[in-house]
Amino acid sequence: MYQILKQIIKTGIKTEPAPQANEAMRIQPQLLQQKILDTFGHALNIRLVDAGSCNGCEMEINAVNNAYYNLEGLGIKFVASPRHADMLMVTGPVSRHMEVALRRTFDAMPDPRLVVAIGDCAYDGGIFGEGYASCGKVSNIIPVDVVVKGCPPTPVAMMQGILAAMSHFIKE
Amino acid sequence: MPIIHPGLQLTPLHGAAPAWQGFIGQDDLQPICRSVCDSGGRLVALWGSDERASGPGFVLHLVLLNETGLICLHLPLSAVQPAYPDVSEIFPAAGRMQRAAYDLLGIAHNGTDQRQWLRHAAWRSGSFPLCKDFDAVQSRTDELDNYPFVQVAGHGVHEIAVGPVHAGIIEPGHFRFSVVGEKVLRLEERFGYTHKGIEKRFESMSLGQGAKLAGRVSGDSTVAYAWAYAMATESIAGTTPPDRALWLRALFLERERIANHLGDLGFLGNDVAFSFGLTQFWILKEQVLRNNAALFEHRYLMDTICPGGVSVDLAESGKQILLEECAMLEREAHLLRNIYEEHASIQDRYMGTGYVAPKLAAQLGLCGLAGRASSQVWDARVQFACAPYDQLDVRIAVHHNGDVAARVIVRFDELFESLRLQRKIVSKLMPSDILMLPLEKLPGNGFGLGLVEGWRGEVMVAIHTDAQGNLARVHPHDPSWQNWPVLEHAIMNNVVPDFPLINKSFNLSYSGHDL
Repeated sequence: MYQILKQIIKTGIKTEPAPQANEAMRIQPQLLQQKILDTFGHALNIRLVDAGSCNGCEMEINAVNNAYYNLEGLGIKFVASPRHADMLMVTGPVSRHMEVALRRTFDAMPDPRLVVAIGDCAYDGGIFGEGYASCGKVSNIIPVDVVVKGCPPTPVAMMQGILAAMSHFIKE
Repeated sequence: MPIIHPGLQLTPLHGAAPAWQGFIGQDDLQPICRSVCDSGGRLVALWGSDERASGPGFVLHLVLLNETGLICLHLPLSAVQPAYPDVSEIFPAAGRMQRAAYDLLGIAHNGTDQRQWLRHAAWRSGSFPLCKDFDAVQSRTDELDNYPFVQVAGHGVHEIAVGPVHAGIIEPGHFRFSVVGEKVLRLEERFGYTHKGIEKRFESMSLGQGAKLAGRVSGDSTVAYAWAYAMATESIAGTTPPDRALWLRALFLERERIANHLGDLGFLGNDVAFSFGLTQFWILKEQVLRNNAALFEHRYLMDTICPGGVSVDLAESGKQILLEECAMLEREAHLLRNIYEEHASIQDRYMGTGYVAPKLAAQLGLCGLAGRASSQVWDARVQFACAPYDQLDVRIAVHHNGDVAARVIVRFDELFESLRLQRKIVSKLMPSDILMLPLEKLPGNGFGLGLVEGWRGEVMVAIHTDAQGNLARVHPHDPSWQNWPVLEHAIMNNVVPDFPLINKSFNLSYSGHDL
């Protein structure tokens, strides 16, 4: 236990300032948590569906939760059920074998709901394109609010995308 | 000669990996597999190709491995009703590969399990995407997948169906547990959800585009795949990349191993409710990724390896950054290892959990990191050390307990060994301006193999070119093909809540398997 406490103290706080909110958001980052609470009544809940990615985007989504980016510190967290989710994050070109699962996950979410497509493949099919087993971009299957490009997008780009989607939502 | 069989003529393949190839007949397949298996060899990969345009029909390809190297066997099959004798009785890992080869190409095997594997409902039964005359529009279907899972009957037995969409941030796949109370009697896996037609996609690509695609077969192993692909192209072209490029490739591969092992060690803490471990290891991983971005322009080193060499160099000033990183990681990871080892509640969850006996591991062909945790002493960097590994003297990490604890120990050992290798590579890296001997076109009717020990296990890429030297068939093979079936055994008689822990201790690829 002593070692653990010593290591925690030595590590200190690694969390960096949240990225500057996109101008389109028109809210201050420090007000973010309050805005989220006012809008959703709880933390913003995200459900991730890998619809056929190479798992590169998943690595960066996991990184968003590390101490440096600390997404949960902003009041945004990943949840296990689409029923609990306000936002659907989708990676990959949508494989034909995941098409039904993606539609069902989307349908299971309560309104209002947001969809953020993560990565070049989700944006336009990427290097995998469309083919006998790939439906290509996410918007071919479900409506998309925000797209974050990159292969894979950096954690900061993903956070900006999440914030951008939310700001649009909060304005309404 | 790596193997002797009456009438078998093997010719050596050029390239970094020691490899031979030869043609065999229907009657030779099982005896050769049997003799390789009996002498301790393994099956690496099995795939087919449609060569009806240039030859008599289809061809089945197998890559076997023994202590001398890779042996690639080509078995010509008829154009009408192509079929070959089952080898899954000899190499159980072949079972799913044979089923996948049928789904994609229509070449039949007479194994006991005739169910589809990669095909769900994206294309009709009886149509085969990798046939050159495949019509994607005609073969579309709207029926839903109806896969016959094996039923476990008995008093109090019930099923838990998990996936394809999982609760966490992971890839899609389906797990069907048959349980009594908390105890798992049987797990059956169902994959193919991320099948997006990678192999077909290769066939329309240039060599350079193919390198990018190879680096996205499984994103967490992008370096291993890009290197294996490049190695296969260089095998066909008969070229050797510049010395500095080879050393940089090894540096990238070790950095990929370091980053993934750090991440996994964090997850393995988190899965036993030790979130301190997750936080700590992911701080370390993030620092490696940031150094990658600063030094090599990509956090995961995607597209840094291309046919003929590498596309980024290590600046002289970068050496100091890497050496400091090594020192920091060694210091911190040693400290964390002590904490993991002394924390009773962690060790209680690790010890004996998800046990794979060495004998079972050998029978099923468990490979890579998970194999080494069950006494399977294979590491391509050691046995088939290509440059620069022939000058690095890699120490293999082996453990005999075969449980989650052993897979954690192997990760720690390999992490420290990779840090040692990184130091050595940085000190031995000779200055040179030449990073690439560009390869844009391959010779016609060529065949080449690349084999790289990725962080998860052996990654293989095979390339066939057509008469004009274009990519006619590319087959990337992930070690997850071998290891997924073993997970079904590792979970038996464990409790359901230990599944995430056991699964993470293997950490296998879905995308690399589903293609």
